[in-house]
Amino acid sequence: MKLSRNFVKDYIDLDDALSIKDIAEAMTGVGNEYDSAGALIPCTKLITGEVLDCYDHPDSDHLHVCKVDIGKEVLEIVCGAPNVRKGLKVIVAEVGAQLPGGEIKAGKIRGVVSNGMLCSKAELGLDHKFLEAKDKDGIHELPPDTKVGIDPIAVLGLDDEVIDFELTANRGDLLSILGMAYELGAIYHKKVKEMDCTYQSVQENITDQFTLKIETKDCPLFLAKKVVGVTIKESPDFIKNRLIASGIRPINNVVDISNYVMLETGQPLHFYDADRLGDTLIVRNAQNEEKLTTLDGIERTLTEDDIVIANKKGSVGLAGVMGGLSTEVEADTKNILIEAAIFDNVKIRKTSKKILRSEASNRFEKGIDPKRTYMAIERSCHLLEKYADATILSGRVTYDQIKAEDTVIAMTQEKLEKVLGISIAEETMISILEDLGFTVTKQEEKLLVTVPTRRLDIHIEEDLIEEVGRMYGMDKIEGKLPILKVTVGTYNKTRREIKNKLVGLGLNEVFSYTLISKEQARQFTADNFTPIEIADPMSEERTTLRYSLLPSLKAIYDYNKARNRKDIAIFELGKGFFAENGYQEQEKLAALLSGDYYLGIEKQKFDFYMMKGMVEELLDYLGYQDRYRFVTDQNMPKEFHPYQTAKIVLQGKTVGIMGKLHPNIAKEDVFAFELNLDNILQNRGSRMTYKEIPKYPSMEKDVAFLVAKDLPAEEIITTIKKAGGKLLQKIEIFDLYMGEKIGKEEKSLAFNLTFADPKRTLTEEEVMEIFHKIINEVETKHKAKVRDK
Amino acid sequence: MEQIEKIRKQLEQDKEKVTDLKSLNDQRVAYLGKKGYITELNALIKEVEDKKTFGMEVNALRKEFETFYEEKKQALEQLALEEKLVKEAIDITLPSKKIKRGSKHPMTRITEEFEDLFVSMGYTVFEGREIESDEVCFQKLNLPKGHPARDAQDTFYLKEEYENYLLRTQTSTAQVRAMEANQEKGPLRIVCPGKVYRRDEDATHSHQFMQIEGLVIDENVSMADLKGTLELFCKKVLGEKTKVRFRPSYFPFTEPSVEVDVSCFKCGGKGCSLCKQTGWIEVLGAGMVHPNVLEMSGYDSKKYQGFAFGTGLDRFAMFKYGIPDIRTIYGNDLRFIEQFDRLEDTK
Repeated sequence: MKLSRNFVKDYIDLDDALSIKDIAEAMTGVGNEYDSAGALIPCTKLITGEVLDCYDHPDSDHLHVCKVDIGKEVLEIVCGAPNVRKGLKVIVAEVGAQLPGGEIKAGKIRGVVSNGMLCSKAELGLDHKFLEAKDKDGIHELPPDTKVGIDPIAVLGLDDEVIDFELTANRGDLLSILGMAYELGAIYHKKVKEMDCTYQSVQENITDQFTLKIETKDCPLFLAKKVVGVTIKESPDFIKNRLIASGIRPINNVVDISNYVMLETGQPLHFYDADRLGDTLIVRNAQNEEKLTTLDGIERTLTEDDIVIANKKGSVGLAGVMGGLSTEVEADTKNILIEAAIFDNVKIRKTSKKILRSEASNRFEKGIDPKRTYMAIERSCHLLEKYADATILSGRVTYDQIKAEDTVIAMTQEKLEKVLGISIAEETMISILEDLGFTVTKQEEKLLVTVPTRRLDIHIEEDLIEEVGRMYGMDKIEGKLPILKVTVGTYNKTRREIKNKLVGLGLNEVFSYTLISKEQARQFTADNFTPIEIADPMSEERTTLRYSLLPSLKAIYDYNKARNRKDIAIFELGKGFFAENGYQEQEKLAALLSGDYYLGIEKQKFDFYMMKGMVEELLDYLGYQDRYRFVTDQNMPKEFHPYQTAKIVLQGKTVGIMGKLHPNIAKEDVFAFELNLDNILQNRGSRMTYKEIPKYPSMEKDVAFLVAKDLPAEEIITTIKKAGGKLLQKIEIFDLYMGEKIGKEEKSLAFNLTFADPKRTLTEEEVMEIFHKIINEVETKHKAKVRDK
Repeated sequence: MEQIEKIRKQLEQDKEKVTDLKSLNDQRVAYLGKKGYITELNALIKEVEDKKTFGMEVNALRKEFETFYEEKKQALEQLALEEKLVKEAIDITLPSKKIKRGSKHPMTRITEEFEDLFVSMGYTVFEGREIESDEVCFQKLNLPKGHPARDAQDTFYLKEEYENYLLRTQTSTAQVRAMEANQEKGPLRIVCPGKVYRRDEDATHSHQFMQIEGLVIDENVSMADLKGTLELFCKKVLGEKTKVRFRPSYFPFTEPSVEVDVSCFKCGGKGCSLCKQTGWIEVLGAGMVHPNVLEMSGYDSKKYQGFAFGTGLDRFAMFKYGIPDIRTIYGNDLRFIEQFDRLEDTK
């Protein structure tokens, strides 16, 4: 909302000593923020002048050299405008003038001295929508009777100041000059002046010739009046200039008056060409697929959520949003039907979001004071009579289901103190409320506050507390620390420890987007799931909620790879989403590893077993030692290497995947894993309890087996474990050999076995007995041979 | 006896010949070996009369040799060890063997910092959901359908059958979730950090970002308590000299509502480019929980009051680490992420 200082001064006396910034800051202090505050024409050192002499520049085919009288002196100025001529009254920017385009400097233009500039309206910083062709093509021609040596902005009537407010959604009442006047009145303790709504009306009565039919509940208030014999012409300057200061383009007197009244009262009006409209007006919900051509010439297809205005022939306007082409006020319009109505704000919001967000729809959305509806229609008659030669018919067509009345809310000083935490004297409360235009009566401990209908945002005692608080000064509240019962705060420590562990293992944490493309969402998983999609995505790349984090990590890998990054070790902890009995969110952990892991002279690249080590380290750290396995499977995601990928199975349940990426999608060696943390952490139950330190020595035996190359080591370990029984405490593989010394299809695996009994020292004989049993079992079960040393 | 004397003299000479462990050992064999000089002296004992004196003399000579031998051996071994150590000298300026250092994302760092601070004040970190219903994200926060304040939060709704579900636009959803989860409908003290989503993207807005929401409900908490809490929080996070300013504002779920400004931590309030010459920076939105919000989640608004506050974690991370563009945070360039690789000095 752009507030024109000249405009609001019609309704409130503002001390001229107050700068526009002061006013803007004061408004901010009570909760109304602004974007900018300053002069409408942000220029300095402008002065009116008369072109005394004008001749062609000796060295140019289009420049003129002018002698310009500015009262105190005569300046020589070079000017390129085609319309400059002797005798013209002009706007002169003196040397040193600040214009939106920069500072005016003295200088020579093709050898001729120029001490200033003659200005067009465009050069003064007016928005382009307010300019006509002549304002862009040539300098501005001031009226011939303009005095020389005065402020040209005042001559133009543009000597105004504007605050551009960014209002909060609850203050629909401030979308009007009157509303602003009340707010400023409360700040500066000034009374708001009355609006002139007087006019003469003729005998002829609208109710005799016009029928209104409201066929929807979405229009609780509709008023209509008729004026005849209007003259369509340019508006007087003050109307045009105030519209310009408010950001609205002047069109003609009639259209401008409807906008002017909207700005004053906050009530949008619509003027119909009464002859084109006919004698009946119907308000109803549109039919599905109903067509309507709006003012802008576009044919719209409507739904039953839209509210339309219709005559006997069909719909003629989209209520509250945009009029129709067929009943528009045009240059030949003589008679006007004025509509002032309130439409359902939610419906207007829906329609305007679809079609056009306008000054009008914005006001309907935020809510309108029904009393202003009455005020606005009267005010428009006043102005039409005065500035468009209108004759006003008596009577008014009225449909009012609201019957607005002021509300009374009780408030107490005690409650205010309880909410704000400070004490404000009752007299202060009362004077603040009265400054706001509320009426206060005392009833024992209570204050009964009558809130005028224009304050649609005030419903409950807390709202009044806020009113008092914001006018008193929210910042006058002294901070204190709450006295509350001691409680123990908690947080998700496990998640933090997982991150710490991975950072400790040398990984960099990343944060990527939840929304990915439809294709990506299916990558890096062979799970059968229903992805969740966004109804109205911003782009093809962000349509779907990710199920796996790995597509994001792969994208981050690609991004960094493209920037010549070779060593990449990243992880992310975040949610994966899918639809099943509604929607599901699961916390996941994913990591991607590529390039060197160990630094220094003997660098070492990431490999499968390093990644496996990380996964084991993490699971062991979480207390799952010996409770998980890695298994291979036919059904692996196609993004993984089919023979270097494993599923991670914890207590019989698949909780993750790890593997090398398929060379189809990554040329370098890239390894990645993902764990479903929700599934993993579900059954955590590892309490740490002390186990007695062994008192008796253990005994170690080494053995190497020659076995088939493709026999998984885990199978041999299972056999050894079974044969070893209770006394076998630890099995470790310490060597793997494949090569010339053994058969082509063979490998040698060397095991270190530790035997111990917590209750006694073992004898060599009994250990050897078990050892031989183990060898025997492995040899028969896996067709293995003990490898000689 | 002459023999002994002769050998003793010879020993004096032989001592000089010992230069290394090998020659020392040769001497040992020469004197104490099976046919060594001293061993052979022992054989002569049968032939001498004064066996006692002879024996003592031979023993003395043996002792002398042994002493010489031990001392010399030790000296030579020491020498050999020293030589060995010299040979083992390494270039300690060569690069170390280590794994690359990991790093924790600045968003995690700021989240943990905030969590720790509030946990120390007795708040519990409440985990919210990222997919929420329209009801929880808006309606129960006093934003019914069609409410104009919804404009500020352009929303990602889910497709078709999940039409009334959305990606949460604010962590204020945690207010509703925490109140509904509280069976006693009694006092609450929570913070909820997390990801939020809005259909909007430019240099200062990312369609995904992070917020933290705080909520305190009790019988007697006021705007003054809110201010005191935020003053404490802002001082801890932005520096002890930080001042906090309340400006009236509007949020549908709080009444009264305030915008919270802090004195500019870059210029100290004098005015600079960061604070746009105002000396203040807007950092939080806050207020007293609207009675409707309390009632909709089953609280007795006559008995309980609450305050709530919310802020963008990204914004704080940008302030704290001097990151100019929010897109850097989610860009995941390792050259950015790796900068956050060490323990912070938390005074």
